[in-house]
Amino acid sequence: MNQPKYLSFFVLVFFVLGLAGFAPAADLVVDTDFGAENQIVVSFRAAVDKAEMADAARYSVFEESDPDIRLTVTSVALSDDGRQATLSFAEPLNTTKTHIVMTKDIGGIEQTSSPVSKSYFGYLLSILISALLINNFVFTKYLGLCVFFGTSKRKQTAKGMGVVFTIVIVVAVSMSWVLFQYVLKPFKLDYLQIVVFIGLTSLTVQAVDTVLRKVNPILFKSFGVYLVLVIANCVIIAVPLLMASNEYNFFETFMLSLGAGGGFLLALYLMSSVSERVELAKVPPSFKGLPIAFIVAGQFAMAFLGFSGLELF
Amino acid sequence: MANKKSNFQLVANGILQENPIFKLALSMCPAVGISTTVMNGVMLGIAVLFVQVFSSVTISLLKDFIHPRIRIPTYTLTIATWVTVIDLSLAAYFPAAYAQMGIFVKIIVAFAIITMRLEMFASKEPITASFWDGIGMGLGFLVGMVAIGFIRELLGSGAILGHDVLGFKPLLFFILPSAGFFVVGLMMGFFNWIETYYARRKRGEA
Repeated sequence: MNQPKYLSFFVLVFFVLGLAGFAPAADLVVDTDFGAENQIVVSFRAAVDKAEMADAARYSVFEESDPDIRLTVTSVALSDDGRQATLSFAEPLNTTKTHIVMTKDIGGIEQTSSPVSKSYFGYLLSILISALLINNFVFTKYLGLCVFFGTSKRKQTAKGMGVVFTIVIVVAVSMSWVLFQYVLKPFKLDYLQIVVFIGLTSLTVQAVDTVLRKVNPILFKSFGVYLVLVIANCVIIAVPLLMASNEYNFFETFMLSLGAGGGFLLALYLMSSVSERVELAKVPPSFKGLPIAFIVAGQFAMAFLGFSGLELF
Repeated sequence: MANKKSNFQLVANGILQENPIFKLALSMCPAVGISTTVMNGVMLGIAVLFVQVFSSVTISLLKDFIHPRIRIPTYTLTIATWVTVIDLSLAAYFPAAYAQMGIFVKIIVAFAIITMRLEMFASKEPITASFWDGIGMGLGFLVGMVAIGFIRELLGSGAILGHDVLGFKPLLFFILPSAGFFVVGLMMGFFNWIETYYARRKRGEA
């Protein structure tokens, strides 16, 4: 009985979506997208005059947030069917920002303007993947090593430490973000960053400790020992500092901290899997313990270098 | 108190017997991360020395006023204060070197070695002893960083402190970031080997 209602609702939604999707570019430019790091690809509805299309002066591109700064188009390359123009710029574009491409006097149409942006969700995921693999805090930024070598001997310990660390870092960094955005920045107290962030982290650790002890004593028994170690981990202070210097918003901060924690868990788990085997191997006596652990970590670091070109979104 | 070491022994202890990098294996992050040149090692070493000495003295002064239950947060905040001081000073007076060290100066706040020395030493001992212990630990860290930086810079770019000494680059691998792990691991293994070698010789002689 309700079906017709729903149907018309859907039709309406699709209509509105369609309008929203096509209206700005309906006339000439169908689609714009980021190409290589310093390129934007503009697709036209139909083949247009090639001389007009290839004229760099007929395009103007700027970041949506500052329209005054025009990015100079150095060259325009056309596709064979004459429906795509690839604009090249002198410097790599900041693909995290929305860019506006305006065309002038192309195909007889005076002016068009169309936005270029990456999907925000993809951007958030790319922050997560970056913190997890490409810029893994342990293997490519060399942070948190003391705790890393201390707790990567057994898989059980590695899992416990990794999970506790992830929880604490997500909570602590989210709170740091609030404090940074609403207290430190408005009152120009940026120079107190270190003190505030580390203080907040100790407070979080203390709070988790107290709450867990009362709420779930069994969980506390197995995870409580790692809480103290969290504060000695450089990653816990590096992440809020990164967040502050990159001016991340809340979702980006959340993804960064999740990636940092997850990356630490991943590194610990990988390392502990190897450590358990190294114990059974015949290692020269002077290399037993830490030295061999360092060399294994070095090999992991080299392997993680392979992620450096990874780009998913 | 219980500790009757002379000031010189305290300093030597920090550099040799309890070297923060090679013996205690604490504060490894900078030892791996930015030990590519001797200069980096010296700069960060000085920063750590400064923070260690001043935090030790501060805690030693205040040890009677700190409630034992909140001692760890107190240590952390003391260290954070001194780290802020050195961070802002380096940024103001040595902008080039500061840019190279990146986030590592701020990270000093989470170095286990400093907190550990406050907990183990400064919170129990008088001010002068804490001062010399801080000097010893800071110098030990500095020496360790310089040693690693020396090897990596010499083998990686054939230079010392930016001056070309070898005229060629033996192993470019050593200035690549991931080589830090290998260098530290190999050096630790080497020191262990020397130690066991001497121990064995001593036993042979005895």
